[in-house]
Amino acid sequence: MKGRHAIGVAATLLFTLLTACDAPGPMWFWMRPESNFARILQDLFTQIVVLAVVVFVIVEGALLWAILRFRAESSTRVPTQTHGNTRMEIAWTIAPTLVLVAIAVPTVRTVFETYNPPKVANPIRIVAVGHQWWWEFQYPDLNIITANEIVFPAGQQVNLEIKSADVVHAFWIPKLGGKRDAIPMRTNVLWWTADQPGTYYGQCTQLCGTSHANMRLRAIVKTDAEWQAWLSAMGSATGVPPSRAPENVQRGYQLVSTGACIGCHAIKGTSLVARAGPDLTRFGDRITLGSGLYPNDEAHLIAWLRDPQGSKPGNKMPNLGLSDEDAAAIAAYLHSLK
Amino acid sequence: MTASHATATTHVDTSPDSGYGTTLRISHRKLLMWAFLASDCMFFGTLIANFITYFTRNEGTSPFTFLDIPYTSVSAFVLLMSSLTMVIALACIQRGDEIGMRIWLVATALLGSVFLGGQYFEFTEFYHKGMQLTGVNLFSSAFFTLTGTHGLHVTVGVIWLLSLVVVSFTKGIKSSESLNVEIAGLYWHFVDVVWIIIFAAVYLVGNTMTAPPLRGG
Amino acid sequence: MAAIASAPHFAQEHGGHAKEHDNSLWSWVTTVDHKRIGILYGVSSFLFFLLGGIEASLIRTQLIVPNNRLVDPDTFNQLTTMHALTMVFLALMPLTAAFFNIAVPLMIGARDVAFPRLNAFSYWTFLVGALILNFGWIYGGSPDSGWFAYANITSRQYSPGPGMDYYTLGLQVLGVASMAAALNFIVTILNMRAPGMTLMRMPVFVWMTLVTSILIVLAFPVITVALIFLALDRMVGTSFFNPTGGGDPILWQHLFWIFGHPEVYILILPAMGVVSEILPTFSRKPLFGYHFVVYSGVAIGFLAFGVWSHHMFATGLGPIADSGFALATMLIAIPTGVKIFNWIGTLWDGAIRFTTAMLFATAFIAVFIVGGLSGVMHASPPAVLQQSATYFIVAHIHYVLFGGTIFGLFGGIYYWFPKVSGRLLSESAGKVHFWLTMVGMNIAFFPMHFLGLDGMPRRIYTYGADMGWSFWNLVSTLGVYLIIVGTLIFIGNIVWSVRSGVVAFSDPWDAATLEWSIPSPPPEHNFDRIPVVASARPLWDWKYGAAHSHESHAHAPIAGAQHGDDGEHIHMPNPSYWPLVTAVGLAVIAFGILFWIPMAIFGVFLLFFGINSWAFEPAG
Repeated sequence: MKGRHAIGVAATLLFTLLTACDAPGPMWFWMRPESNFARILQDLFTQIVVLAVVVFVIVEGALLWAILRFRAESSTRVPTQTHGNTRMEIAWTIAPTLVLVAIAVPTVRTVFETYNPPKVANPIRIVAVGHQWWWEFQYPDLNIITANEIVFPAGQQVNLEIKSADVVHAFWIPKLGGKRDAIPMRTNVLWWTADQPGTYYGQCTQLCGTSHANMRLRAIVKTDAEWQAWLSAMGSATGVPPSRAPENVQRGYQLVSTGACIGCHAIKGTSLVARAGPDLTRFGDRITLGSGLYPNDEAHLIAWLRDPQGSKPGNKMPNLGLSDEDAAAIAAYLHSLK
Repeated sequence: MTASHATATTHVDTSPDSGYGTTLRISHRKLLMWAFLASDCMFFGTLIANFITYFTRNEGTSPFTFLDIPYTSVSAFVLLMSSLTMVIALACIQRGDEIGMRIWLVATALLGSVFLGGQYFEFTEFYHKGMQLTGVNLFSSAFFTLTGTHGLHVTVGVIWLLSLVVVSFTKGIKSSESLNVEIAGLYWHFVDVVWIIIFAAVYLVGNTMTAPPLRGG
Repeated sequence: MAAIASAPHFAQEHGGHAKEHDNSLWSWVTTVDHKRIGILYGVSSFLFFLLGGIEASLIRTQLIVPNNRLVDPDTFNQLTTMHALTMVFLALMPLTAAFFNIAVPLMIGARDVAFPRLNAFSYWTFLVGALILNFGWIYGGSPDSGWFAYANITSRQYSPGPGMDYYTLGLQVLGVASMAAALNFIVTILNMRAPGMTLMRMPVFVWMTLVTSILIVLAFPVITVALIFLALDRMVGTSFFNPTGGGDPILWQHLFWIFGHPEVYILILPAMGVVSEILPTFSRKPLFGYHFVVYSGVAIGFLAFGVWSHHMFATGLGPIADSGFALATMLIAIPTGVKIFNWIGTLWDGAIRFTTAMLFATAFIAVFIVGGLSGVMHASPPAVLQQSATYFIVAHIHYVLFGGTIFGLFGGIYYWFPKVSGRLLSESAGKVHFWLTMVGMNIAFFPMHFLGLDGMPRRIYTYGADMGWSFWNLVSTLGVYLIIVGTLIFIGNIVWSVRSGVVAFSDPWDAATLEWSIPSPPPEHNFDRIPVVASARPLWDWKYGAAHSHESHAHAPIAGAQHGDDGEHIHMPNPSYWPLVTAVGLAVIAFGILFWIPMAIFGVFLLFFGINSWAFEPAG
């Protein structure tokens, strides 16, 4: 029995060490903060983890010691019938209390520090609206509406207002900070200043129906220069292809601006102004499609157009029965929107 | 009553109803009713809390367009009187006056029915004035659920009391069986007390609050 | 010495004697005997445990590789919802009820519970609720919005099928069953204790039953209201939780969690009680700090109602509410932690025998420490904004509910199986079951901490290959398969041991509490004579004297009469079918509401008929 216990303990330790083996993925957040907000949360979390590990080692150690040391040697020995020890029990009531106070104080401080956005000179105000199963991003002060990829510069504070158009969702970009629910008829708030440019993964984290797992997003964090360029490109964007555009693109534009797309989508500068589905202005500039689900390349876009349900189960976008050529034309047009 | 182990000089009530043989010297059934009433407190407490939460979601129409305090005060008084008649009924059967018990139980049931009738009348008035269970007016949904649940409790109570009367006529109820009436009484008094609280929370406290505009997101 | 003078006559050592009463189906259907009802609960809950396990296995197999296509997303959402509902309400709670039924009356020296027919009613109503909840697999689709069913996706608009109606009605009926049982046990424990058994001489398991029952009685009414509101929203068109109608989805969350948090203590406290019985028995010394353990249990019961919004830290409650609930949550960690130290203190300086029951009880402590510590991590709102709704939470849940409740209850099964059946479970098979389950459980759930830190959200039916989640998902699924193997061995053990296990006498473990002073299995009337107790360890004192003895005496059976010594005939309550009829009335009402209103009206009459016949049935 003793031997088997030792094996059990060793296996557990080995297993714990194996944790280092698997490389962190793009949503791994601990020890990988990429914003001031994320760093604050992580520091608090790390403090708690350290205390927890210390408590774990002590308590599990005591337990292990007890079960290894006090095994019955004979089947008839009756040990001392200790009923308790009030002083010890008081001591081990006070000890966890002190540990918890050590967690409580920084917790409350951090709650107040992080709940509302710090007052800064020029925050970038973005409104995120959750829909089944995609994200709408509005920049009210800048007159921009886009979808699924939230764009902003590094080094400037973003104040994010989070809403929902239908059911309860949740907005989360792990490396940039914590999450908040998107609740219909309410606005929640998150804020952060990203450390550096890059592409960060996010996902909806409140079960919101069939394609909850597919409601992903990207944060495209730009340098100052890139951000200005993006703003001006979005400002002057038009969905009407120039006259020198290839025939396929022209044909795609015809199909989109006269077909069913009008019912749900908007593309700046065209007759499409509906908001039921994602805004497609400068769609070709995006790196993913389907709300972070697939790379935004020709093959995936054509597959999406020909069978939206197959690409994203439960998709509100109906199957329009497009032929191969039509789908290719529309894809070419959409990818031309840059 | 204390149990005596010695001789038969002191009368020992060994009926289960008296709590003989139990640890707390209280009948199981009475203890059960108390425990149940504790849970019913939580039940009504939740409904009242919800009412208070949704009180102001009334689309700008003050609840007092509909709620009539004088009218409801009368029906509250009726219910309060029914608790009095209940007490008298129990006192009757405890001293063996089964006929008295029948009379006062019927009186209690009658007063309870008058209360229910008053509720019914009041609710149909509201309905015709546009205050309904469904639809977008949350004040009314919360109101009707709360008072409707209370009304259901009163209805169950009335049926219970009348069935005691029926048993009294068919099998008879002895003074040693008065616990059956006492337990019904506990329930009845609870239902009455809940109404006092509802009345205070809905009609009186509400009167001190104005109706702010509907919350938006 | 009065304690010894009142020692009961130990029953003759007839282990494995023929059953005193008949074993017909009808006798089981009409039974009001707490021991039989306990067995009914035990078998049913275990079958539902297997159903929940199948649902879990499908979930884990779907997640074993990225972009898997084993089940479609809608089915997956039903599986995750039903796995949780089945495990919480149809497996864990009824298994706990099985223990309440089998052990509590015996431990307090009673012949049955206070209301035997109400007891039977609880069981049949539980079955009705289970049927309603699972009906979606047969027709219309199961609930699929998660076990806590956040509004407003549960509205008719976003969940048009009958799934959420099975949820509201099924849980409502299950609530009736739980409430009836809890009220029954409160009265039983307060009012039917053996003479001399003050509250502070009750076994800890009985204390935990009492606290749990009070939690049920106070928490279930809240979810009853919530379910009524949801049902009205869905069936009649109110807008309690519908934002477009002016309602507030967050109200559902508040109501649900005001119930839901006490519910998780309802799930864990009984297992803690079981562990508090097993540890002293197999350490051969008393529970360390009985008073502190009892007070902690009571404190947990109180505090349980003050922490609910820690499930809602991401909803935007505001910094004051966030802080308040964070502090309350940390507060409740203190009595929980204290128990752990008391258990270690029980082991300390003991003479530990590692039977399978003891292995599970000890492993409970080890694993619960992990679950408790991750729980403390969740108590901090800013920190939990990262952990919330990820696999980090799933890890915590399963460490406390599987490693906690299920381990504790498995321990209880190995511990009390001899009392119920008259036979011991095989220890060698038991140890294999234990190690497979212990290792499997850690392999299945520990990696979920990493997946959470790696950003994997809960309740997603698939994930991309580029997310870095593939390895630990694979490992976790393999751990689940290991648990399955262990469970199969356990089933084999039960089936074999019931007939061919080593015959158990009244006190196979050399224990300290009253249930071990009567035969295994007990006669219908339990105790020939109600014992008089003078301490918290009455049997120990009768065996070894109140003075501490370092010599263990062999089991010394004292031959005694099988009937009451003074010749009195012990009358037990008659069987009855009215509890079943009343439960069927509830079923008819529920299915009527679901499918055809006239049937519901008939159900109301059936219900009243059942209640009336029950009330006027000649008393036993």
